Amino acid sequence: MRRPLRGRLRISTTWLGAAPFLVYSGVFLALPTVLVAVGAFSGPHGPTLANLAQLSQPYVVSAFLNSLLLSAVSASVGAVVGAVLAYAVATGSPDGIIRRLVTALCGVLSQFGGVTLAFAFIATIGTEGFIVIWLQQHGITFYPNGVWLYSLTGLTLIYTYFEIPLMVIVFMPALDGVRPQWREATDTLGGGTWSYWRHVAGPLLTPAFLGAWLLLFANAFSAYATAAALLDIGGVIVPLQISRAFSSEVGLNQANFAAALALGMVVIVAIITTLYARLQRRSARWLPR
Amino acid sequence: MPAVNRRRRRRLAAFKTVVYVVLGLFFLLPIAAMVEFATRGVGLTSPRTLAAFTSIGSDPELVDAITASLELAVITSVGMLALLLPTMIWIRLRVPRMVRPLELVCLTPLTIPAIVLVVGFAPLYNWIEINVSDSILMLAFAYLILVLPYCYRALDAGLSAVDIRTLSEAARSLGASWGTVMWRIIVPNMSSAVSNACLLCVAVVLGEFTVANLLNFENLQVAISILGTGNARDSIALAVLSLVFVFFFLLLLSFLGRALSRRRGGAARA
Amino acid sequence: MGALDSRPIGASWGGSRSAAEVRLEDLRRIYGSTTALDGLNITIQAGELVALLGPSGCGKTTALRLVAGLEDADGGQVVIDGRDVTHLPASRRDTGMVFQAYSLFPHMTARENVAFGLRMRKVGVAERRQRAGEMLELVGLSTQADRYAHQLSGGQQQRVALARALAIRPSVLLLDEPLSALDARVRSQLRDEIRRVQREVGITTLFVTHDQEEALAIADRVGVMRAGRLEQMGPPTTIYSQPTTPFVAEFVGLTNRLSGTVSGGSVDVRGIRLPLIARDTPDGPAVALVRPEAVSLTLAAEGSNGPLSGTVIAVSFLGAVSRLTVDMGDTTLVVQVPTAEATAHPGGTRVRIALRQDPVLITRDNGRGRL
Repeated sequence: MRRPLRGRLRISTTWLGAAPFLVYSGVFLALPTVLVAVGAFSGPHGPTLANLAQLSQPYVVSAFLNSLLLSAVSASVGAVVGAVLAYAVATGSPDGIIRRLVTALCGVLSQFGGVTLAFAFIATIGTEGFIVIWLQQHGITFYPNGVWLYSLTGLTLIYTYFEIPLMVIVFMPALDGVRPQWREATDTLGGGTWSYWRHVAGPLLTPAFLGAWLLLFANAFSAYATAAALLDIGGVIVPLQISRAFSSEVGLNQANFAAALALGMVVIVAIITTLYARLQRRSARWLPR
Repeated sequence: MPAVNRRRRRRLAAFKTVVYVVLGLFFLLPIAAMVEFATRGVGLTSPRTLAAFTSIGSDPELVDAITASLELAVITSVGMLALLLPTMIWIRLRVPRMVRPLELVCLTPLTIPAIVLVVGFAPLYNWIEINVSDSILMLAFAYLILVLPYCYRALDAGLSAVDIRTLSEAARSLGASWGTVMWRIIVPNMSSAVSNACLLCVAVVLGEFTVANLLNFENLQVAISILGTGNARDSIALAVLSLVFVFFFLLLLSFLGRALSRRRGGAARA
Repeated sequence: MGALDSRPIGASWGGSRSAAEVRLEDLRRIYGSTTALDGLNITIQAGELVALLGPSGCGKTTALRLVAGLEDADGGQVVIDGRDVTHLPASRRDTGMVFQAYSLFPHMTARENVAFGLRMRKVGVAERRQRAGEMLELVGLSTQADRYAHQLSGGQQQRVALARALAIRPSVLLLDEPLSALDARVRSQLRDEIRRVQREVGITTLFVTHDQEEALAIADRVGVMRAGRLEQMGPPTTIYSQPTTPFVAEFVGLTNRLSGTVSGGSVDVRGIRLPLIARDTPDGPAVALVRPEAVSLTLAAEGSNGPLSGTVIAVSFLGAVSRLTVDMGDTTLVVQVPTAEATAHPGGTRVRIALRQDPVLITRDNGRGRL
């Protein structure tokens, strides 16, 4: 019986190296996720679907729709503008000061803590904001139809502030993978700039672009801090609903309702992430790093 | 029709200038506005003042929050490196089948965002607060998970650039132990990736609000938010400081990373 | 561009369209403070394959890219088929180019890649497909037509690149070190393929390489370049056996440097008189450049002396031939002989050299300054 024992021993020492990480992620990643899933189906008297049923209430549905809309718009604006900025940077020198500066700036801004960001915009276009006052001094009213900063519209604008840098970070590698030989080959084969983008660079970059868009979408969908700082708690998007239910003093039910909302979010984001992974694989095959 | 390629290059240069100027304005304006707001005097016609900035040091609650966030940033970075880096190297060298699953696990926090995770963290942290400690530094456990996706990608890029299999086999054939291989052979060759990962850790931890807020801890961002409800000017001053600090820290680390990798010859500059 | 012929390739290429002559006139290209090309003058005859050979940085790739139109010249002209194309963009120059690597569009199949140029010229779908098929057959890849670049080997990718360049029936074919990124074995096979295809369609071709064996094997004429200038242009045999400058003699093939004295149209090397390539060389001390295969060996007695005696210190077996390194006391010679002969002179053998009466080039530069 010597052989099987030795084999088993060898495998276990190999796994030993990965053990610390596995244990840690088991406790602090898997466990919380399970708790959320379990909580969504838990009630005061045992397992129940009541929490999920609550998700069909109009104000919850509207919150989800608002979240989806907010994410879609900010992702789209962020993707397009970010792609343009990434292109500008990618076509410059790889070691140049501009590239390093922009990359560092994008690194910071994409993580720009929601609170700070909200305050920055309040300082800029809030009712006492810098721009508003400056324009007032020149006779222009910034908010002719009422202040929209503290609403979904304002939130969308603010979200683009971190979506654009995120796009630059995520999309840049794809742009770097576009080989100059493809442009030159198109030239010698008789294609101009339009043909190049239409037939070569466009199709090649599309999977990466769509993947990046999805990432931006998921990012906006999951964002909480900015909204918390800007809008009222329990407001119009899902994360705010979660935080209200979570912090609510009224009964245990609310905690489980928060879990149900959270589960709903996870499902949506999981679908998006899967699509993203598929697109990434295709793009990685064509555009080597 | 002379110099076609030159014309193309000029058009590109013009395009780039427009992009940089327009976006530069968009991104720098709010920051400039924050600085303007933070330096306002009491009345509309009062002179500019740095009173907001100086008052930060005299507020013990704020100082505590700032210190806590900085400590958390360091703890998370160190913890992330200690936990993630050896695991990634080990798996690449010994259990290649696990590379994809590991990547999946590390990217999970992107799918399960902070606002969702915190719902699951709550019971966990209740237990921790009772049985371990109620210090804010316990947040490091959660933060380590939050930084996983970003740090994984940064370290992954570094590991891919170094042929760790060949290096480790060469080192092992010369008699090195696994520890030596990891710390004295592989890690020095990916110093820029390591500094990138730390950089990201610091940025994420200093900017984190969701988990701290919902678990009732007062870190930097929560402190700014609380301050903001009463004193907009002072809270914005603190926000500006934190932003500037992180930016220069990132810039510094990125230069440091490059200098380190250049001194060691970098990875396979073929 | 004109209407494209639908007859089979070989016939129509030569028939409907005579091959074009390419002239590079006084081409100049400057990058900042570096002069990449310093007044290059080359005429490529219609249907000829000219190879530009030289070390990296000599300007050969720059010259090629100027002909393609991928870079702008700072002076001089490029004339294709009597037309001055110097100021035309690359897309209007009617050239086909094969790059060193990575030039196939990864999201298209081989067939789609080949048909791309035709698509740019608004050729219809059916005709595009047919012509692409013909070109792929020409390079021997009809079975791989629906594969993508990452599914093809390096050699196959380059063949697709060749088919793609030729599909548009350009006047000139330009190849930028197309074999440099390939394995040695694939390289020589593909080299012959390229030559075969080029001959079959009879297209004027400019081929850039740093590998002298490649250049000599494939070209009708070879142009050796150095530091932005053309050192010598001529058929491969002339370049090899009648180099006009020491650089050419030493870059192309191996050379031995033997000191001697020039007098009366020949050079005296260690007691042997050798004819000179340039008869009118002035008298005086010189260094003769002698090819390894021009040296022969005979066994000598142990301890024999004299200017022609030496000891074999190394033998390299190269298959059909072997190279022996012989220590002559004051210098070292590389000798190349058929392997059968080499076995008689293993390491340590005392030998006596003889020099074949091939005309040699001399140089006044003995490596430590001029003589």
